[in-house]
Amino acid sequence: MKKLINAVDAVEEQMILGLVKSAPDKLAKLDCGNVVVRAKKKSADKVALVSGGGSGHEPAHGGFVGAGMLDCAVAGAVFTSPTPDKIFEGIKAVATDAGVLCIVKNYTGDVLNFEMAIDMAGDEDIKVDHVVVNDDVAVQDSLYTTGRRGVAGTILVHKIAGAKAEEGASLEEVKAVAEKVIANVRTMGMAISPCTVPAAGKPGFELAEDEVEIGIGIHGEPGTHREKIATADEIAKTLLDKILADIDYKGREVVVMVNGMGATPLMELYIINNFVQDYLAAAGVKVYDTMVGNYMTSIEMAGFSLTLLRLDDELKKLYDAPADTPALKR
Amino acid sequence: MDTKKILARIAAIAKKIEAEKDFLTQLDNEIGDGDHGINLSRGFKSVEEKLPTFADKDIGAILKGVGTQLVSTVGGASGPLYGTAFMKAGNVCKGKFELTAEDFAAALEAAVNGIKMRGKAVEGEKTMLDALCPAYKALKDGIDGGKNLIDALADGVDAAAKGVEYTKTIIATKGRASYLKERSLGHQDPGATSSLYMLQTALEVLREA
Repeated sequence: MKKLINAVDAVEEQMILGLVKSAPDKLAKLDCGNVVVRAKKKSADKVALVSGGGSGHEPAHGGFVGAGMLDCAVAGAVFTSPTPDKIFEGIKAVATDAGVLCIVKNYTGDVLNFEMAIDMAGDEDIKVDHVVVNDDVAVQDSLYTTGRRGVAGTILVHKIAGAKAEEGASLEEVKAVAEKVIANVRTMGMAISPCTVPAAGKPGFELAEDEVEIGIGIHGEPGTHREKIATADEIAKTLLDKILADIDYKGREVVVMVNGMGATPLMELYIINNFVQDYLAAAGVKVYDTMVGNYMTSIEMAGFSLTLLRLDDELKKLYDAPADTPALKR
Repeated sequence: MDTKKILARIAAIAKKIEAEKDFLTQLDNEIGDGDHGINLSRGFKSVEEKLPTFADKDIGAILKGVGTQLVSTVGGASGPLYGTAFMKAGNVCKGKFELTAEDFAAALEAAVNGIKMRGKAVEGEKTMLDALCPAYKALKDGIDGGKNLIDALADGVDAAAKGVEYTKTIIATKGRASYLKERSLGHQDPGATSSLYMLQTALEVLREA
């Protein structure tokens, strides 16, 4: 294992401290653990947003704490959900009279830990609700699986629900718009090389020199299938076709996110975006805005994911609303 | 089983998990996200550090303390699941300093039901329940048939081991392995495996005079 770290068991805390020190006037870390909050708490009449998950997905989620997006992000160990006591501390720290909405990615661990934390908050009469993001079309949503995974589309839930909360909407309204984003956002990813969890010391999976994993999750977990590496355009087409077949995007305006998995050069992400834009135009999908960069990563995995969010007037307005966070400004 | 044996068992679980950490992680790499051994080892290490503070407590308080510590240190799905299991077992052992065979069975039953409730899962979904449910049934049948705790628990451990083997033959429908569908066939479930270890250590501790 070759990494720029100091000690395996210091990775998460030093990462969070470094993030906070990058914006000391805007972010703060709670003493109880790896919980990032806004330096200045929002007013009591606005809903607070809490998210979180395992570390290793930077800038998610701590990098999206700030005006117009999250109020708090709780970081667990690398690729491991944070524990209920820490999530509860985060909820308590940012809770307002208007309530708290937790944005949870659909993984059994994240859901279970957030549910326990929400029970704890409910016991203390904090008004709290949650939504579960499940945008990954690579895995089947059925009674026979845990349901689709939550991946890069989560960032758009942060953005849009965050803007709604900033307007002073009620908890019910903020939840409703988060649900609307979830209903309209779809993602699929792939990898060309694996990543190593520091505590494990070796890669979580292996890929041959000429092999790629299609439909991979953000923890390097296996996707739909492996195949021989193809051109960037061919791979992007495979992912896009699966997304476009899932909900009807024809004639609609969309936000496109070309998300790097951590070790993918921007050069390659732009090559992919070059194809994506032309392909969507030919498919009759109108691109309203495009985000290219690292938003939801998997440590040093090389690969990318594509996300499409179908817009309506409300989502467009909230997407365009101001945001001031380390990883997303508008 | 008295408080001394309970504490010895918790310490033995911690030792076993540490010894099998890489194996559990490797099993999880194959069908999950490769952190089961790492997470459990982190959790049980912190439980081990807390053990001296449990020394004069009753069994209910010990198990509850273990559960709370696991919930706050393990993370992932196994933290809330094992944490809930130990806390629920602790509830039925409240105030006790010695467990009869029937008490032990009642504690295991409460633990299993806690996992079912928290994970919204049942047997046959390639999870820890595929080791724990048959183990509870075999233990209970043994006790009802007049066996002592050691013999009944030996039946339970055998049933759990068979349950772990059984997880190789079924497709996961819960947890992260469920996405793999038929690709999860042939792999043994890491959660069922760690559950087997916990039962095995109980038996080993009981057998040490």
